[in-house]
Amino acid sequence: MRPVSQPHYHLTLGISPLSSLLMSEDERFGLDRSVRLLGPLPLDSGASLAPVEYAYETYGELNAERSNAILVCHALTGDQYVASTHPLTGKPGWWERMVGPGKPVDTDRHFVICANVLGSCLGSSGPATVNPATEQPWAMDFPVITIADMVRAQAMLLDHLGIERLHAVIGGSMGGMQAVSWAALYPERVASAVIIASAARHSAQNIAFHEVGRQAIMADPRWRGGAYYADDDPPSSGLAVARMAAHITYLSEAGLTEKFGRRLQDRPDGKKGAKTFGFDADFQVESYLRHQGISFVDRFDANSYLYITRAMDYFDLAEAHGGVLANAFKGSKTRFCLISFDTDWLYPTSESRAIVHALNAAGAEVSFMELSSPFGHDSFLLENPEMNRIVDGFLKAGEGR
Amino acid sequence: MTRLRPDLQIIADNIAPGSRVLDIGCGDGALMAALRDEKGCDARGLEIDPANVASAVAKGLSVVQGDADTDLAAYPDASFDYAVLSQTLQTTHRPDIMLDQLLRIGRQAFVSFPNFAHWRIRMSLLFAGRMPVTRLIPQSWYDTPNIHHVTIDDFRALVQDGKFSQEGQWFLSGDKQMTRGMANLLAEHAVFLLRG
Repeated sequence: MRPVSQPHYHLTLGISPLSSLLMSEDERFGLDRSVRLLGPLPLDSGASLAPVEYAYETYGELNAERSNAILVCHALTGDQYVASTHPLTGKPGWWERMVGPGKPVDTDRHFVICANVLGSCLGSSGPATVNPATEQPWAMDFPVITIADMVRAQAMLLDHLGIERLHAVIGGSMGGMQAVSWAALYPERVASAVIIASAARHSAQNIAFHEVGRQAIMADPRWRGGAYYADDDPPSSGLAVARMAAHITYLSEAGLTEKFGRRLQDRPDGKKGAKTFGFDADFQVESYLRHQGISFVDRFDANSYLYITRAMDYFDLAEAHGGVLANAFKGSKTRFCLISFDTDWLYPTSESRAIVHALNAAGAEVSFMELSSPFGHDSFLLENPEMNRIVDGFLKAGEGR
Repeated sequence: MTRLRPDLQIIADNIAPGSRVLDIGCGDGALMAALRDEKGCDARGLEIDPANVASAVAKGLSVVQGDADTDLAAYPDASFDYAVLSQTLQTTHRPDIMLDQLLRIGRQAFVSFPNFAHWRIRMSLLFAGRMPVTRLIPQSWYDTPNIHHVTIDDFRALVQDGKFSQEGQWFLSGDKQMTRGMANLLAEHAVFLLRG
């Protein structure tokens, strides 16, 4: 662990051939970047965090006016690999439908930044990173963070990257919470905000589902108060159950019925579609969920899951504004674009509409549309030409200003 | 530049440059785009049809998908110079409340609607005894969104009841402007400018 008295930031020089080709000499830009910012970062809890470690990626070229930067904010279990291959899963970037050459967030035109969110586990400061005071992983000593803390930490990163003002900030789900918070916290730094399948606060139902997930993790005997890093024996069963429960909320009943119905798995003895009269995964939907749970634990840290779900549960943008959401956007010059999906029951259209009404009340420039898709909350990650058309038009219209 | 619908052209011609305009039932944003591009207006829209909203947003316009009957309440008083309601009044649940909303949100309001007392409609009802289907009222009675048909004289009475002042009136027949004489009989379409 580097002592805090080291230079302002520290860079990992893992420059891939692609990024060195695309980007200038500036080592702050490219794929697979990391940096340690001195901080301290004051947190909503009253604590502060120093240093703040960041893992992030940039795509495209920052123009001379530094006016073409777009910050992509990822969701609860997302990461900085928005448009490049995930190093652990080998899967393509999680939003390559939206971000890339010729896409609405166009890396030929825009300078795109995506950073692993504060509290996560893909290289940015979180419970799995090392506490400089003890030289041990933070575990549950990591301070409890909020969505606003995540955004303030991102602002520190943008300072480091030399970006004063964002052409746009865009995110879905928890990424949308960050995007809307960016516009509220730093209105002068955000020209346009795109908020997809999101909400300005967590509902009782949202909190309830998260609590089920947290209890599943903490009920796993291997969780051990979060101190499981030393022997590399994490509470995988608990985390997998948490993921299974959460995954249901990302889909829709119609989507599950269409994909699985009541269909049974083929049995190991070759018998097709027969019940085992036991408790194996008879139904295809059971098998699918188990797979989702098991594959998740390979790429995510259980304590990070606790911290980030807690941050989302604490989220209520109106709270700091006397309970009146419109006050969060008073005098805002930011352009807003909100999109919801008709089958999303996790962050339903009514939540987006509440933000739209608040923006209307504040006189802000806002576009909003509910799109039709059978895939529930996950729709924002899937192919949706209408979503792309809207985001593309919205971002292009902001470029003439 | 495609030509605007005649009633929208009248509205566009009579809106002061640089105004703040809320277009309720803005369709694909044709009027908003014209006001933005030709008059430097700050135009916002509300539209119920998703395909129209997508087209308007893709043009870079600020349009919210919503229902004029329920979503206008969120807009603050006097937040726009003009509220525009074109070809939509007769589709609202309570046109009288809609008028109140328009003149609460806008300092002035443009309202355009097809005139149900046009002679051709009267003849159709008189001689055929069937609900009229015309160029401006093209749907049959059972699937029309026009749930509150209105005549020019009805509208004038509503404006008087609401104690709004009428600042302009334009009448169209066959897409051409006509004089105001016997408008309730001869005009297919009317545009009114009101002040609260």
